[in-house]
Amino acid sequence: MISKLEIQETNRMIEKMNLDVRTITLGISLIDCIDSDLTKLCGNIYDKITKLAGNLVATGDEIAKEYGIPVVNKRISVTPIGLIGASACHCEDDFVEIAKTLDKAGKAVGVNFIGGYSALVSKGMTKAEEMLLRSIPKALAETDVVCSSVNVGSTRTGINMDAVRLMGQVIRETAEKTADNDSIGCAKLVVFCNAPDDNPFMAGAFHGVTEADAVINVGVSGPGVVKKALEQARGMDFEFLCETIKKTAFKITRVGQLVAKRASEMLNIPFGIVDLSLAPTPAIGDSVAEILQEIGLEHPGAPGTTAALALLNDQVKKGGIMASSYVGGLSGAFIPVSEDQGMIDAVTLGCLTLEKLEAMTSVCSVGLDMIAIPGDTSAETLSGIIADEMAIGMINQKTTAVRLIPVIGKTVGDQAEFGGLLGYAPIIPVNRFSCADFVNRKGRIPAPVHSFKN
Amino acid sequence: MKRAIITVVGKDTVGIIAKVCTYLSEENVNVLDISQTIVGGYFNMMMIVDVSASRVEFNKLSDELAEVGNGIGCVIRIQLEDIFDMMHRI
Repeated sequence: MISKLEIQETNRMIEKMNLDVRTITLGISLIDCIDSDLTKLCGNIYDKITKLAGNLVATGDEIAKEYGIPVVNKRISVTPIGLIGASACHCEDDFVEIAKTLDKAGKAVGVNFIGGYSALVSKGMTKAEEMLLRSIPKALAETDVVCSSVNVGSTRTGINMDAVRLMGQVIRETAEKTADNDSIGCAKLVVFCNAPDDNPFMAGAFHGVTEADAVINVGVSGPGVVKKALEQARGMDFEFLCETIKKTAFKITRVGQLVAKRASEMLNIPFGIVDLSLAPTPAIGDSVAEILQEIGLEHPGAPGTTAALALLNDQVKKGGIMASSYVGGLSGAFIPVSEDQGMIDAVTLGCLTLEKLEAMTSVCSVGLDMIAIPGDTSAETLSGIIADEMAIGMINQKTTAVRLIPVIGKTVGDQAEFGGLLGYAPIIPVNRFSCADFVNRKGRIPAPVHSFKN
Repeated sequence: MKRAIITVVGKDTVGIIAKVCTYLSEENVNVLDISQTIVGGYFNMMMIVDVSASRVEFNKLSDELAEVGNGIGCVIRIQLEDIFDMMHRI
């Protein structure tokens, strides 16, 4: 029988250490909505989303009550719109119409984000996909809950540099279109290499074409729990440190597994995966940076940061993998700057730079995430940063992503305010030397030698 | 049987157990186990109950127990036992 101490431990994690289920994300395939008539297509999309996700929010809230654990976000991901809109959309504005439909459907069912305004163009772009990419700035400026992601490279295909170049311009234009709100549009736009089909976390969630008609994916989170557990590991050796992280990750992931199963049962939709990422929020005590400090760094960015993060990321996976039969998504440690108070402090102190963040992304689960950069950063420089990050993903056979926010009208020394879960961020300096001749070359970077496995 | 854990935490006062148990019996929730301590004037109780024959939905039970808690200056939570089982048992 469960002991009193175990009950207290669980409840302390929830009440004092911000353990929560970060998101229940319902993946919905829109393939059966395809029609060559735009109005019909939009109608089909709206009907399918509202029918399948009608009870999503209520179900999430009910589960939260049953287990006494907050279910923070209820979200939807859909099949990449670059595919769904291909036959109906003849111009960029047609795609924006679909974005507005997604926005309307998302709001109707009460979710806070709907992801999948996406295109998978790691090797080449169809005409429709290029149109979708070009429509992103307008789509993000004219909707509230729609998130967009573009996969521009993979280990198997190499990097589509034409898409990388275009995304530099798209990010700039998105920033300009939402300049009044500190370029917040860019916070809803991710560029990926090796994007997973089943990621439940925004802004990069989409419902891959390899997935079933509908599926429940759950993301749990608890950086605060890991941080607290590590307080007992001060001065202890690496074995003890790693054991502590693993055990904690196991416990956190078990909760995710339970919630995912229950949600799947209640909604009568198959369970997909649990993503066991440590995802910080701006709340005090909900920070990945604080874990790195607890491991022994004065601030993230100090020498040793990459090693400490590599260790953390690996132990989180090792602990989580045994806790759930189906672990997927990104599953590791997130290092978004604006969403993590400890990271914000490190940037403000000058301890954490863009270059160090890039190094960190080669060993953690995602990439350059929620980083505010000067508003006058050129599209070419943005493409150069994207290309670097994609190369890390391609060569290391891992997911990498870029979510940069060139904050129009602001520069180093200023601060960008995004509000809510997106937090705030000091503007970080960017290398001012040019890479224009590099990114203006046409074509793609070939797949790396270790992709030839057949 | 559908088991749930009720935890009651608050400043000690007369009749906490009585109030909680009266409510549970009214709603036909069976108490299986109780353990209770008082540390530094703070009341700390854990109950294991069977909610399978409860007259009201679990959600309502949760809200009303919280209400009972408000009346006696305690925080009362009810959670299905699964979350503890999952976390602490392999």
